Amino acid sequence: MSNNLRFKTSKFIDETYRVSFKFNNKTYFGFKGDTLASALLANGIHLVGRSFKYHRPRGIMTSGSEEPNAIIQLHDNSSRTEPNVRATEVEIYEGLVASSQNCWPSVNFDIGGINNLLSPILPAGFYYKTFMWPASFWKKYEYFIRKSAGLGKSPKVADPDIYEHNYIHCDVLVIGAGVSGIMSAKMAAKNGFKTLLVDEKPYLGGSSIYDNSEFSKINNQLTSSWLEKEINEISKLENLEIKLRTSVAAFHGYNFLLARESLTDHLPINQRDNKVRHRLLKIRAKKVITATGSIERPLIFDNNDRPGILLSSAIKKYIDLYGVACGENNVLFTNNDTAYETAMSLIQRGIKINAIIDNREQVDSKICYEVEKNNIKIFKGFSVVDTYGYRRINKISIMKLSKDGQTVIGDKTKLNCDCLGVSGGWTPAVHLFTQSGGKLKFREEDQVFIPDVYPSDQISVGSCNGDFVLDEIIKNTLSSLKKFLNIDNSEYKTLEIISGLNQSKRNIWLLPSDKTIGKTKSFVDYQNDATSKDIKLALREGFRSIEHVKRYTTTGMGTDQGKLGNMHALGIISETAGTKIGEHGTTTFRPPYTPLTFGTIVGRNVGEFFDIFRRTPIHDWHVKNNAEFENVGQWKRAWYYPKENENMHQAVQRESKAARDSAGILDASTLGKIDIQGTDASEFLNRVYTNAWSKLAVGKCRYGLMLNEDGMVYDDGVTTRLGENHYIMTTTTGGAANVLGKLEDYLQTEWPELDVYLSSVTDHYATISVCGPNSKKIVSKVIPDLDFSDEKFPHMSFKNAKIGNIKCRVMRISFTGEQSYEINIQANFGKSVWEKCMDAGKDFNITPYGTETMHLLRAEKGFIIVGQDTDATLTPIDLQMDWIVSKKKYDFIGKRSLYRSDTIREDRKQLVGLLTENPEEVLEEGAQIVSDVKKSPIEMLGHVTSSYYSPNLKKSIALGVVKSGKNMVGQKLIIPMENKNINVIVADPVFLDKEGKRLNAKL
Amino acid sequence: MFLINCPFCGEREQSEFKAGGEAHIVRPKQPTELSDDEWAEYLFMRKNIKGVQFERWNHIHGCRKWFNMARDTSNDQIKAVYKMGEKPPVK
Ligand SMILES: [Zn+2]
Repeated sequence: MSNNLRFKTSKFIDETYRVSFKFNNKTYFGFKGDTLASALLANGIHLVGRSFKYHRPRGIMTSGSEEPNAIIQLHDNSSRTEPNVRATEVEIYEGLVASSQNCWPSVNFDIGGINNLLSPILPAGFYYKTFMWPASFWKKYEYFIRKSAGLGKSPKVADPDIYEHNYIHCDVLVIGAGVSGIMSAKMAAKNGFKTLLVDEKPYLGGSSIYDNSEFSKINNQLTSSWLEKEINEISKLENLEIKLRTSVAAFHGYNFLLARESLTDHLPINQRDNKVRHRLLKIRAKKVITATGSIERPLIFDNNDRPGILLSSAIKKYIDLYGVACGENNVLFTNNDTAYETAMSLIQRGIKINAIIDNREQVDSKICYEVEKNNIKIFKGFSVVDTYGYRRINKISIMKLSKDGQTVIGDKTKLNCDCLGVSGGWTPAVHLFTQSGGKLKFREEDQVFIPDVYPSDQISVGSCNGDFVLDEIIKNTLSSLKKFLNIDNSEYKTLEIISGLNQSKRNIWLLPSDKTIGKTKSFVDYQNDATSKDIKLALREGFRSIEHVKRYTTTGMGTDQGKLGNMHALGIISETAGTKIGEHGTTTFRPPYTPLTFGTIVGRNVGEFFDIFRRTPIHDWHVKNNAEFENVGQWKRAWYYPKENENMHQAVQRESKAARDSAGILDASTLGKIDIQGTDASEFLNRVYTNAWSKLAVGKCRYGLMLNEDGMVYDDGVTTRLGENHYIMTTTTGGAANVLGKLEDYLQTEWPELDVYLSSVTDHYATISVCGPNSKKIVSKVIPDLDFSDEKFPHMSFKNAKIGNIKCRVMRISFTGEQSYEINIQANFGKSVWEKCMDAGKDFNITPYGTETMHLLRAEKGFIIVGQDTDATLTPIDLQMDWIVSKKKYDFIGKRSLYRSDTIREDRKQLVGLLTENPEEVLEEGAQIVSDVKKSPIEMLGHVTSSYYSPNLKKSIALGVVKSGKNMVGQKLIIPMENKNINVIVADPVFLDKEGKRLNAKL
Repeated sequence: MFLINCPFCGEREQSEFKAGGEAHIVRPKQPTELSDDEWAEYLFMRKNIKGVQFERWNHIHGCRKWFNMARDTSNDQIKAVYKMGEKPPVK
């Protein structure tokens, strides 16, 4: 460790606590309290990464979350690896391992650096322009581009950490704990508001907590001392909760905010197990006070990106907070007073300042005079025109600025330095304010955007509101708070504030150079390597909107979202285009303010909690009996039950044969069930189904088809009349919730006069369907007291019954075309009744079948599945289901749409059966149907919707929709596949037992 | 995310609600009497205005009740919530 870079500091660094860490495979030491950036700087390391496009060496540039360059990979090759971490935010701990990104083989020798030499041919939009054509080559280009680019590596194994989400409700949320944030929190809490104060840093006080300048004092105390007392006081307030290491990521409407509280990232890895790593706080605040401060602006000049070039405020923070000197021979380059505060901090510790280059001709504040008194050479009215040094800056050249600031004049002077601090003034951190929908205004005097119109109950205070000098910050914060919280701020009545800084600034967005612009590299967006040249090129090529220029040049599109350079981009655009900045607006700041890990976003919703799933009461039996499951909506449904080495096809063939030859059993509990009661229940069903319901006798069942108001099929199912004013409706498994919602909608909004009540009872009942020629014998054994004779219990009727002393409902309805009984019983008895049925069916080879066999069996009968054979573009007429559409009823949902000019077209797609010429050939569902493959372009007539090999018919069968298909029965059509064309014959969609004899079959 | 004042339950998170399109479009009492154009007007034509818009909302993960909302689409301010069948309390 180079000892002359580390200075004794009072309280922020614990010099008794040495911490070792690894950077690029080399071990270094720092102290507790260091960030990775401060520890690296203390070791004399500036070069930490390579830039994205040109692979230029880049160093630590800032001291906070705005860092564009020092983004590193933590714990490479471990389960806790994380890319794109800002070294300026990482608190070091014993055993930390970090490495540079975007360089190969090493940060000091990087092959991609060739891009820097090629940069004249890599202008803005280069990738867009070069690799677009021919389109088919993109896959090849992409491979190489991705390999040479890349911002870090994603982890390859599961994240071992725990994350959680918390809701927080508070009266006042204060974001940022600098001077104005601390004052706000104190006043809010003391006046009875339940207050939450958050700050992204591990300490309170912001940049004022290390402000030991004699030039800004409060009540004759150093700002830092005064602030410490304030902090001491607020930490005792009962009404105030303080959360450190908590970064607000998003500020949405209605004062809803998301923040990430980081709990273990600063701990050694071996202390993190079983602890929550991040908490995503979902904060709903009645009032929000934004005190997010401001970000120092860099200056835009040729080669302004070399390692060793830092923001001047960062240099100040490294020395004042961490006791680390960024260089031994410093030059400061500024257009305003703040760099002089940095100068004073360096002077106090005897660190050499070679010179200060100030854009301004006049420098006349107290602090500037003080710096001059210390024999520091100040070049007034000068500008840096170039910098030198490959892996670290070693020299700069400066020239005099012309009066208008547009050119440089006179001789070039070279100055040695190993560190250059730059200050272009300050940009208020208005990101969160604009996220919330706030409107900005542009203040011409010092060229900043500040909050103007607030969309919710919130204010901005401090430098994020455009106050940059201590006395103004405090004065304006107090008066804003008084109004905002409607309180008396006697608390701070006697404050006396001295500030040694002036506001004067000479703002030049793009500093002039003695070279032509084509020969310069003045970086505006460091992370994405966007230069002033690129922005000018975009304007020359006709881009005008800031949003377009941003995308074309990628300015502001890195992980830092251009926190440093966005304002300069705007400035250069308006200067070039000859417009005013305010007219362009700013680009949109999108959440999150700083990147969030996926773990934080998903919280506990991982693994089996990723999505909820629903199990039927018989689920465990299916699992025990080797079922494969498929997801239907949120349900896990038994798909098929493979025996021994059966594949799906074999299992389905066996199951469907058994169901037709003897007996099958299906768990149909997932079907939606809606209990409908009320004196107008029949009328209600008349209005929602296409067929008539008034005449359905109690104890009878009927199939119903439900349309949307546009006439397209929406859902279907059997509804049973349980009593005079009592029905139970079944819906498709996936449609249950939507159907209930739709029915409620009509009841509440269109027909409030109807006396009808709906309740979902899907989960209340288990539904067991026993089908096949032996089904009656089986259910008779299970329910011996019930008369199952065809006379007493015909098809499409229902009976109340008892199994033991448990009530159940038995419906004789069929979705397979076989004689079939459905037992509905209280859910918790479902499994035992299922087992009873299995027992009773033993002698009849009762075979459990899953959804795949069910689909096959119904397809043999030509029964549709809504959502598989239909897609919200088919009317019942298209489905050849005219029989279910009542001609007599005056109205029902969708009726009027059935004779719109579009729905009565003859050439609509219509449901048909399809038989392959080769009966062994099974079509692919979704395959296109055509009639002529020679004509180009080939006309698409429709597609296959369902396709199976039927073991009962011993041939391949399919359903499909075909233009004018109804009139094509017997015609030959073609299914063109990748390697062959398959010939099919259009057929009736009912393939088996057209007469319905099997419904009453006796064996 | 909005904070919506359900007329039946009080203030709740937007995530409990579902938006249901433009409000105050009454289903014609005698659809069969309408021409194709008149039916299409009811079926398809919806406003999409910048400013105060009247919308139907459903407290789907709460009381399941439908109600109306007057919302300014330019800034998402909810001007009023009111029950089905009631006249909008704002213009
Ligand atoms: Zn409600």
